[in-house]
Amino acid sequence: MAKRVGIEVSIACSEAVTLADVDAIAAYPITPQTHIVEHLSEQVAEGHLDAEYIKVESEHSAMSCCIGSAAAGARTFTATSSQGLALMSEMLYIASGLRLPIVMALATRTLSAPLTIWGDQSDIMSVRDCGWIVIFAETGQEVFDMTIQSFRIAEDERVLLPLMLCMDGFHLSHVIEPIEILDQEEVNSFLPPYDAKYRLDPHNVHSVGCFTMPEYFMEIKKQQDEALKDSYHVIREVWEGWEKGFGRSYKPIHLYRAEDAELIVLIAGAFAGTARLAVDRLREKGVRAGLASLKLWRPFPREDFLRDLGGAKVVTVVDRALSTGGAGGPIANELRAAFYHAGKRPDIVSFVAGLSGRDIMAEGFVEMMERSLDYSEKGEIPYYEMYGVRE
Amino acid sequence: MADLPTWKTINHACLVFQPGNTVEYLTGDWRSMRPERNDEKCVKCGECWMYCPDAAIYIDGRGYYAVDYDYCKGCGICARECPHGVIVMVEECE
Repeated sequence: MAKRVGIEVSIACSEAVTLADVDAIAAYPITPQTHIVEHLSEQVAEGHLDAEYIKVESEHSAMSCCIGSAAAGARTFTATSSQGLALMSEMLYIASGLRLPIVMALATRTLSAPLTIWGDQSDIMSVRDCGWIVIFAETGQEVFDMTIQSFRIAEDERVLLPLMLCMDGFHLSHVIEPIEILDQEEVNSFLPPYDAKYRLDPHNVHSVGCFTMPEYFMEIKKQQDEALKDSYHVIREVWEGWEKGFGRSYKPIHLYRAEDAELIVLIAGAFAGTARLAVDRLREKGVRAGLASLKLWRPFPREDFLRDLGGAKVVTVVDRALSTGGAGGPIANELRAAFYHAGKRPDIVSFVAGLSGRDIMAEGFVEMMERSLDYSEKGEIPYYEMYGVRE
Repeated sequence: MADLPTWKTINHACLVFQPGNTVEYLTGDWRSMRPERNDEKCVKCGECWMYCPDAAIYIDGRGYYAVDYDYCKGCGICARECPHGVIVMVEECE
């Protein structure tokens, strides 16, 4: 029977990995990911989890080990953050190009400089084209559920791609929340043991990572691109299965009071919880406001965006990442691109806010949303604006 | 390129299921300079055979060292290392 307990979200993630009965973990500790891998090493040391825990000297080595382990057909997990993700970025492309279903938890954190340990989403956005499935969790319960779902999605023979599960560093990774922890039997009913279709096996050989000539490369890349786009259907299927089994519903974009909304705020991750309060306050003031909490970033859920946000007049996008010297926040940019050819499109206002642990309060969301309406009425929409910066 | 696999038929993740199939890939056509031997000078010391980075030198029926032009890329190391001046590099177009 599932048990509802007060637990730190990082520990809940590790518990989910333990319940998923992974075969191998290779990780290097980095704030704010540390508690996840620390707890997993305890789980292995104390005999609660029968897995290889490989201690490595860097994140580059961690991902390299994961690639080898997954190629050998083992259920493989790692976790990192910020500089660690940057250091493993070379290997991220290799993991996805080789179609290895590694699951990684990412406690999202700012990339230096200036040196900082606090959270935003600049790390994940720096590798957004690396070919991984990218999912954002908003709450601790979502982290627990999505960790288990991730193995099922990544290892599906129709997918075979690595998956990154993002949780906001500190704001989500380090909070204690009431979380329903499933028991082993429930997890087993949802997640079968991993039986790899392709595994390095001396009795049935194949080569991985061979050199490729120009006349083959583009076909391989298109195959990979199509696989990532097609994983959308498997992700939906897995989420529907989860809802049937455990009652909690997951969608690429989770909507709140958005059905009739003319003003929608879009954000990925834990700050959506605060944005919800702002929506309630604006509704009290008579503004038809709504929230779109983004869960699925890769594959890019274009059709969901067009359907869910296409009816609004104005969409306020709050990015916790800066595309330095670019044309707007990363999510705002792709949303604008998605709507470019749509017959009817909302005004899309891009704010960059909450960088490196700077809080965004409910009033902050209210202000950004009201300002968006104002820009839209005047017909003067800036490329993007950094919100909350002292002038 | 018409007979090459499409993105739908190419091996998953470019995996190779046939061990050693690089032997089918004849790298000799990369060559712009060709090693030519004068066996009269050869003392069968085997230095060319040892130094060849592509294992493209083999021992022929008479015990002399011969070049496998299917795989020789024409790097010229054999000509540089031969102590008796047996091997000279000539332009492929000649």
